[in-house]
Amino acid sequence: MNRINQLFQRKPKDVCSIFITAGFPNLNDTVQTVLELERNGVDMVEIGMPFSDPLADGETIQSSSLVALENGMTIDILFRQILAIREQSQIPIVLMGYFNPVFKYGLELFLKKCELSGVDGLIIPDISVEEYELSYKNLFDNYQVPLTFLVTPKTSTARFEKIKNHSSTFIYYVSSASTTGKTGEFSAEQLIDFEQMKSEEIKLPVLMGFGIHDSKTFKTACNYFDGGIIGSAFIRSRKEGKPIVDFVGEIKGIRTETVLR
Amino acid sequence: MKYTIDQNGYYGKFGGAFIPELLHPPVEELKEAFYAIKNDEDFKESYLNLLKDYVGRPTPLFYAERLSKKYDAHIYLKREDLNHTGAHKINNTIGQILLAQKMGKKEIIAETGAGQHGVATATVCALMGMECKVFMGEVDIERQAPNVARMKMLGAEVIPAKSGSKTLKDATNEAIRFWINNPSTYYIIGSVVGPHPYPEMVAHFQSIISEEIRTQLFEKTGKVNPDAVIACVGGGSNAAGAFYHFLDEQVDLIIAEAAGHGVETGKSAATSILGTEGVIHGSKSLLMQTEDGQIVEPHSISAGLDYPGIGPLHAHLIETKRAKVFAITDQEAVDAAFDLSRTEGIIPALESAHAFAVLEKISFKNQTIVINLSGRGDKDLSTYMKFL
Ligand SMILES: Cc1ncc(COP(=O)(O)O)c(C=O)c1O
Repeated sequence: MNRINQLFQRKPKDVCSIFITAGFPNLNDTVQTVLELERNGVDMVEIGMPFSDPLADGETIQSSSLVALENGMTIDILFRQILAIREQSQIPIVLMGYFNPVFKYGLELFLKKCELSGVDGLIIPDISVEEYELSYKNLFDNYQVPLTFLVTPKTSTARFEKIKNHSSTFIYYVSSASTTGKTGEFSAEQLIDFEQMKSEEIKLPVLMGFGIHDSKTFKTACNYFDGGIIGSAFIRSRKEGKPIVDFVGEIKGIRTETVLR
Repeated sequence: MKYTIDQNGYYGKFGGAFIPELLHPPVEELKEAFYAIKNDEDFKESYLNLLKDYVGRPTPLFYAERLSKKYDAHIYLKREDLNHTGAHKINNTIGQILLAQKMGKKEIIAETGAGQHGVATATVCALMGMECKVFMGEVDIERQAPNVARMKMLGAEVIPAKSGSKTLKDATNEAIRFWINNPSTYYIIGSVVGPHPYPEMVAHFQSIISEEIRTQLFEKTGKVNPDAVIACVGGGSNAAGAFYHFLDEQVDLIIAEAAGHGVETGKSAATSILGTEGVIHGSKSLLMQTEDGQIVEPHSISAGLDYPGIGPLHAHLIETKRAKVFAITDQEAVDAAFDLSRTEGIIPALESAHAFAVLEKISFKNQTIVINLSGRGDKDLSTYMKFL
């Protein structure tokens, strides 16, 4: 069984998923970062494959992507890093990235290598459900690396039905119509959207992402849905050099004290 | 029609809509609105009236006698440089602003490279009383200063794109990001690029160019078709417009693309030669990218051609060998610009100069050809001055 499905069986609530940019801040940090996140109670990781032109991302992920590319990050290096993670960990791993690098790599080869290296799922935000049905579904059906689609408050009912039909691990609910990295609180209108989404009949778990940056917003994600995905806030904390234990503790609302030397 | 778009928004294998879910609602809204007006007579009338009285269309088809003599061919110039604001770009912005108005939009955004599309957008926004933001790469803001001033004078806000190579590609990224964050704004894309329906829509609004060429050429020569049409391609909107009504005819379609310092120098924007299949700005097309699928920063002396992709229609025309491509270096374009200035008294835009440089590449002996003179050179004087 897919590690993501296993996770939700074991832990149906308060799932904490963290997004990291592969190869950031240093090329070989990916493995240690993932292992340390797991040690500190993170349930799932999304590993971002850096792209030169990340259209849906705000400045934080844009700049971490550029640093990773300057560090020499590539998809093949990432597969080797994932193999190294898999020697020590069974944490569910979702790869997230824009379609172009994957397409250039060759989608079929990419899926094959995902399967071989122990990737559990993919998020490719610019493959819309229409393009998926038109050209890529058949290929995905041959591999055990399911695609997770984004759903936003503006996704129509008809589309949502389609998306549900094509999903097998979890639904990625985008908190707001925005690029990644917003740091404000959720507005009253957003809470109404969340309530609406919560009332939908969905067989799969729902994780909320975009704009989750502190314990309060993470708690909101857990109250309405099955957990939250933190991206830009973690990247920022990496840049600042904050210990992972502190970051995760803060997000989960657990007071942690860094030992002072 | 062999080269029309299919129901999924593809020209052959190129096109489609590769957009994040966040953009789906505004793109869907646009698609519905566009198809509602595409064949609507009232809409067409408003569009044509503005083109006539405001833009100054039809633009002349000018027989370039001295140039013809020099190259031993019958060369006609489609004078898009005589449009209001100085380039073909306004054909598209007039169409899209009318559509935006119909959709009840209040705020317009656009990206621009050379600044011609930015000016054309700022212009129609002023005309319609709409708010206008134009995203422009920092590098382009510097090299196209007169157009930045024009946009500001027209009341538009020019927002510098500081990411990546700070040119057209990055300005487009920034415009798309702004659209994600503000989905109720209307995004006027400036070329036949972007997710479906943009490539089709922009080609539709630019097709007036070849519609006029046909009528004018017939009036002047009695010929239904020219032997060849030549146009420069950045994203490909002026070429799409100039080719449109000849796609299914016995007419050679010739694309001039920007070779920059030279195709092999690493400082080029020759997408058809250097590009491979991929996804850029929401559509599948040819683009310049690394082995790892990272988009490469192009180079061209002309800001309007300094783009690592090409519209999906052109990718399809090139792939099926319907169109022939010539890569023109910076120097060849400048030489062609000086040549046209001195033989015909017309200073072309640097972009358009690339199309004229094709005359040096192949012989059109005794043929009747049309060169699309997509814009005038006022904006490029600071570049030209370096060569005086
Ligand atoms: C005069 C002129 N010609 C051509 C272009 C290139 O665009 P396209 O290929 O869409 O016609 C531009 C773009 O700015 C331009 O200003």
